Amino acid sequence: MYPVLFFIFAGLAVAGAISLLVQRQPIYSALSLVAVMGALAALYLLLGAEFVAAIQIIVYAGAIMVLFVFVIMLLNAQPAEAPGRSRVARALGYPLLGILIAELGGMVAAHFQNVKLTSGEYVVHVAQIGDALFRSYLLPFEATSILFLAGILGAVLLAAHTEDEAPGKLYIGEAPPEPNLIPYDSTEGSTTYNGAGQPVRTDLPAHPSSEEVRS
Amino acid sequence: MIPLSYYLILSVLLFCLGVAGFLLKTDVISIFISIELMLNGVNLSFVAFSHFLKQINGNIFVFFVMVVAAAEAAVGLAIIVSVVRNRHTLSIDKISLMRD
Repeated sequence: MYPVLFFIFAGLAVAGAISLLVQRQPIYSALSLVAVMGALAALYLLLGAEFVAAIQIIVYAGAIMVLFVFVIMLLNAQPAEAPGRSRVARALGYPLLGILIAELGGMVAAHFQNVKLTSGEYVVHVAQIGDALFRSYLLPFEATSILFLAGILGAVLLAAHTEDEAPGKLYIGEAPPEPNLIPYDSTEGSTTYNGAGQPVRTDLPAHPSSEEVRS
Repeated sequence: MIPLSYYLILSVLLFCLGVAGFLLKTDVISIFISIELMLNGVNLSFVAFSHFLKQINGNIFVFFVMVVAAAEAAVGLAIIVSVVRNRHTLSIDKISLMRD
């Protein structure tokens, strides 16, 4: 029974990860990741980690992914246009990814094929988790709470609205050109005009004339 | 029973697909989602080792990874929101500079 369940949920997880990679809309990628997390929670249950399976569903799929989906919908994220990658990158990237997977998988298979570890009935109860968390891992636990507080403050500060910004339209592709992007336009030097009425830039070093060079 | 190497190979697959998404995607949010996929792949190997070694430490590590991932998601999404509010784009090619 366990092997069947393992292969079902492992296949679900890999299919969700591939779907995450292939989808162009960010919202579909996020929902694929929710599917991966559900399959992983089932695998955690097979491994006897009940608490981890529960917080995988509650915290990861329930809280973090909802945050992602909120932000995706808030920003009205559209699929990005296909990037113009170089031909070398396209020809080398996918084979190198395959080599990475084969290398890591082969290493794992070679090193852990003959591991004498029996997978008996080992179920981690919540009481054991709490015991370890508040005895031997008490200091990391408290440090984590301080990290969380800092994270909350940082998130609020970063995302806080300021009044002088108008809510702008979101552009995925080419952003509209803004007037002050060229650095020499923003210098405070006065603009001078030559005889024909054309503006002359005064902030650039003038070319030395040929008489100055000679003397 | 399922041997340990099956779980580890599944974990490697998920991690590598996360790496591929991180490198191939072009909008910031999909890249962030790929990072979460990599964290999930590592979590699976933690739980598998915890089960096969019959020690509880792997489960505790997964707990800490999840907590750090939650904080990272909150701060990262806040950064994305403020960047998009200033630049009006999600494409990483358009936000390659840290200054305006």
